Amino acid sequence: MGLLDVENLKMYYELTRGYVKAVDDVSFTLDKKESIGLAGESGCGKTSVALAIIGLLPSNAKIVEGSITLAGQNIVKMSEKELREKIRWKRVSMIFQGAMNALHPTYTIGYQIAEAILKHEDVSKDEAMERAKQLLQLVGMESSKVDRYPHELSGGMKQRAVIAMALACNPDLVIADEPTTALDVIVQAQVLSVMKELRNRLDISMMVISHDLSLIAETCNKVAIMYAGKIVEKGDIVSIYKEPAHPYTEKLLAAFPSVLGPKTELSSIHGFPPDLLYPPPGCRFHPRCPQAMEICKSTEPKLLEMGRPGHYVACHLYGGEKK
Amino acid sequence: MTEQEVTVEAQNLVKHFPIKLGFFRTLVTKQAPEVHAVDDVSFQIKKGEIFGLVGESGCGKTTTGRLLVRLLEPTTGKVFFNGMEITSISSGREVRKLRRKIQIIFQDPYESLNPRMSIYDIIAEPLEIQKATKSDREITERVMGALDDFDLVPAEEFMYRFPHELSGGQRQRVAIARAFVIRPEFLVADEPVSMLDASIRSEVLKLLLSVHQKLRTSFLYITHDIALARHMCDRVAVMYLGKIVEKGGTEEVVHKPLHPYTEALIAAVPVPDPTARRISVILKGEVPSAINPPPGCRFHTRCPYVMEICRQKEPPLLTISENREVACFLHGANKV
Repeated sequence: MGLLDVENLKMYYELTRGYVKAVDDVSFTLDKKESIGLAGESGCGKTSVALAIIGLLPSNAKIVEGSITLAGQNIVKMSEKELREKIRWKRVSMIFQGAMNALHPTYTIGYQIAEAILKHEDVSKDEAMERAKQLLQLVGMESSKVDRYPHELSGGMKQRAVIAMALACNPDLVIADEPTTALDVIVQAQVLSVMKELRNRLDISMMVISHDLSLIAETCNKVAIMYAGKIVEKGDIVSIYKEPAHPYTEKLLAAFPSVLGPKTELSSIHGFPPDLLYPPPGCRFHPRCPQAMEICKSTEPKLLEMGRPGHYVACHLYGGEKK
Repeated sequence: MTEQEVTVEAQNLVKHFPIKLGFFRTLVTKQAPEVHAVDDVSFQIKKGEIFGLVGESGCGKTTTGRLLVRLLEPTTGKVFFNGMEITSISSGREVRKLRRKIQIIFQDPYESLNPRMSIYDIIAEPLEIQKATKSDREITERVMGALDDFDLVPAEEFMYRFPHELSGGQRQRVAIARAFVIRPEFLVADEPVSMLDASIRSEVLKLLLSVHQKLRTSFLYITHDIALARHMCDRVAVMYLGKIVEKGGTEEVVHKPLHPYTEALIAAVPVPDPTARRISVILKGEVPSAINPPPGCRFHTRCPYVMEICRQKEPPLLTISENREVACFLHGANKV
């Protein structure tokens, strides 16, 4: 049994016009020390999955079906109080997109990290501060920076501080939502190397959410590609990046210009992701798929194992239903 | 590339932004501090060429772009457009005339489109300002043509929409269509795709390239992503703290970077390949402040090959070989 087990998760947002099927039948598992990347275009539901795991759903969101098991406990069934006391920070913590710009401007970095520790653990203020210092060192900052205010730090430093904060209560799982957007390439490389080092040094699992496949290649060992609320392909990172099966994954990978490899024409995916209020029937990717067949328009492909073990793909081009 | 017509030339451009001090500080400060955003930058953009400016945020690439289209006045230095100096033009009417030939695409399509104007009005506005044509029918035709060119189809439908009804990629295409509708000869594209998802990004880039091929517009392409610059540009200049540190044909610069900063920039680009072995020269620290740029070579505080001379003298940008210039004491005539 893994650390995190998401099973047939369905999460819909309720609007007056109907339900937005943001997460529709998503399953994946994550073991200790593993890290998984959730990739896809904006609006594909990747952040919604993370919010469900940490139990911070917007008021109009509802988990319709499925379970999220974290270290043996089903999070979906928990009350807000239980989530707050047992799960958030201690078991799972999240680095939100743009979190570095959400640091409180009038408190020091150290205070903000210590605050998280004090709220969740029975320690003295001095101890908490001491731990904040250690955490900053862990992410490659000088411990003297605890006394700094957010405006005195650069973007890269703030992002490191936010990562340190996520680690404050020794969580088992850290979710990072677009951890490096808005950072420059060099600073991004620095932050990524900090994240990789942390995963190796501490016993934590990570979930990285990004539209940038190169970022996931750098940090994860598993990946799940999402499209319109569904996982279309998942598996070991090497097999997916080297032998992408789903046309969407293929396109997504080819959309990145390479620095050193041969100069190829960038592929693009024509059209736009569907409106999740009224997702298209059959395979949700079929209106944009260059290899769409008749069956794709009517029957939804199942997520089936193909080729290498652990490599799942939901596409009519593969598996038993090959036509 | 042989003798080609030069569309735009920047000559020793300098832009310093003064910093406002409080009343009392102005009394005790002898010289008001300045942000050295652009310091002595020169380059030429040939007709039909895509010239890239690459660098981290704060290196002065956007300021340079704005200087070229006269959204900013340079502190010193000159900009030539088709051989004519445009930095000395002072009358608003003349500047407006210039804008018929020179256009800019901004980074953020969520802020560069007026939310209260329909797509039609947005794209027609430059035609109206420039009085490009008198007949309404021709305006409509050209707006529709521009929408078609950028794949905003069906054009009849898009025309009447408002920016909030469009996705990021669509908005940016509207912004590009607006820039192209008056057929400029020179276009500054300031990170036109940095706000977009990867899958949408490549489509916008493709459209840009195809229009470029059709109209032979000269481009200044500003980006922080050297992989993207490689895909788009014929030649690139790498900027660091307001200075060009290296300039040359894109392929040569990417495959044989000479300046240590260029090298680091390339090494830092994440690769969508989990098996790729990364060159692990990650630069330490961050770009120093442009208010007091370091003496000598501005990169010396972070350079892995720093020598004594780098701390004292500033390396000039010297030609190494044809089409290749670098400002570093490790190379060419600068070599010590």
